[in-house]
Amino acid sequence: MAKTIQQINEKIKKGKAVIVTAEEIISIVEKKGLSKAAQEVDVVTTGTFGPMCSSSAYFNVGHTKPKTKIGGGIAYLNDVPAYTGLAAVDLYLGATALPDDDPRNKLYPGEFRYGGGHVIEDLVAGKDVQLRAEAYGTDCYPRKKLETLINLRDMNDAVLFNPRNSYQNYNVAVNLSDKMIYTYMGILKPNLKNANFCSAGQLSPLLNDPLYKTIGIGTKIFLGGGIGYVVWHGTQHNPNVKRGANDVPLSPAGTLAVMGDLKQMSAEWLKGVSFIGYGASMAVGIGIPIPILNEEICSYTAVKDEDIWAQVIDFGEAYPQAIPGSLGQVNYKQLKSGKITLMDREIPTGNISSYRKALEIANLLKNMISKGEFLLTEPVACIPGPDSGIKYKPLIERPTMI
Amino acid sequence: MISKRIVLHFPFGLVDQPILCQLVKEYDLTFNILKASITPRVEGILVLELSGKNSNYKQGIEYLKQIGIEIQSLSQDVVRDEEKCTDCGVCIPICPTNALLMDAKTNRVQFLNEKCVVCELCVKACPYQAMEVHF
Repeated sequence: MAKTIQQINEKIKKGKAVIVTAEEIISIVEKKGLSKAAQEVDVVTTGTFGPMCSSSAYFNVGHTKPKTKIGGGIAYLNDVPAYTGLAAVDLYLGATALPDDDPRNKLYPGEFRYGGGHVIEDLVAGKDVQLRAEAYGTDCYPRKKLETLINLRDMNDAVLFNPRNSYQNYNVAVNLSDKMIYTYMGILKPNLKNANFCSAGQLSPLLNDPLYKTIGIGTKIFLGGGIGYVVWHGTQHNPNVKRGANDVPLSPAGTLAVMGDLKQMSAEWLKGVSFIGYGASMAVGIGIPIPILNEEICSYTAVKDEDIWAQVIDFGEAYPQAIPGSLGQVNYKQLKSGKITLMDREIPTGNISSYRKALEIANLLKNMISKGEFLLTEPVACIPGPDSGIKYKPLIERPTMI
Repeated sequence: MISKRIVLHFPFGLVDQPILCQLVKEYDLTFNILKASITPRVEGILVLELSGKNSNYKQGIEYLKQIGIEIQSLSQDVVRDEEKCTDCGVCIPICPTNALLMDAKTNRVQFLNEKCVVCELCVKACPYQAMEVHF
């Protein structure tokens, strides 16, 4: 019998809902069968924790006396440039922003030890951060220079806003070249000596709802240790890719745009990261509850690592040169075993995404729902599915007018 | 027999002396150099595996101390900051001696100090800056 989100919320309020993680549901379905599992289980919690470059935050820092129009001027948070093309004291900071004097890859491979993601981590850790700003001065905002310590608690608003998070599946990165390369998928040793992947696999939110039947705009989520919402589909959302018989995409597909109150979040679930030779970024923790409305949704959440396949891509040449093609496909059970076999060779694997933390998030969310602290939401609109006509496009360059 | 991985700190003035040679000649010890460097202030750091008979090993170490070399055991020098580590495991395939591995039960990365040769590849590979080497 089908359930509604409203009915599930009633059960949560009464403390009678059955909530399990996306790992636990696998054996429940195996033991009890799909029909019984779908009847008994009300919510399946998912989780993921990994570097997600398209992450950012915006702030309203409040007005100085006399007032300063930082908007249209220049601003730095701990020497990391923030975007000022907004109103007078609104600032926008991206996770991959770097201090002007960071040598980047001039000293190859660069270390990128501190960037926008690290500023966000410091802020949520409660640390003071230096704000330095230059303004051009106006009649209503006369001040031209500002240098002060600021703290998250004193800001009027601080909002985490991530245009692309929680990738539904991701490629496995290898290096066929004879040189060590430094990528956003980590250090890749020459001649196929390691393979890096990045997904929580069977725990990952969108791999448990492959056709976006429950996760939509307005879905309430665990975000960075606080509460957040899905606000749109993410950038590069690409639902129309090849899928397995279980509807799970065989390559990177859906993504989510999410946001939430940064003041609720914690440095345990938002961490600045530094990829040698590549850049700075931020690791984000996300957990999404999936209401078990019917057997179909239940069967989706019971997906196992061995049923989720990913493509192996050569980052030595194919990826940077945008040459399509996969070297083969492997599943997450193989990837998580520590080695895969590819081109008749055994290759050790490394995950960029933390399964330990993903599981902690799924369990935290499970406990929050069990205690009635977290109710499920009905999405206000769906995110585009495979039939939406959305297709990820490359940039076709055209000569500019001289 | 004894075999230990140790870090030798050579003060200024000793870096140009053939000291290791004495360990072989006088104390019948064998060594395998894992890492060697001289800092800009002309102090030397040498990481090596030193092996030999217990009594010879003791006397060899005593000799090194007497001429002014500071000795530390290697295990004190490579440190994993467990607060920073997220146990993702991206360091595991990078390690040439399999000193890092995933515990499938706890989903935590294990660091086997005794296998580490201080190549520092994991220090570079860790996005969270959780691996540190202190000499």
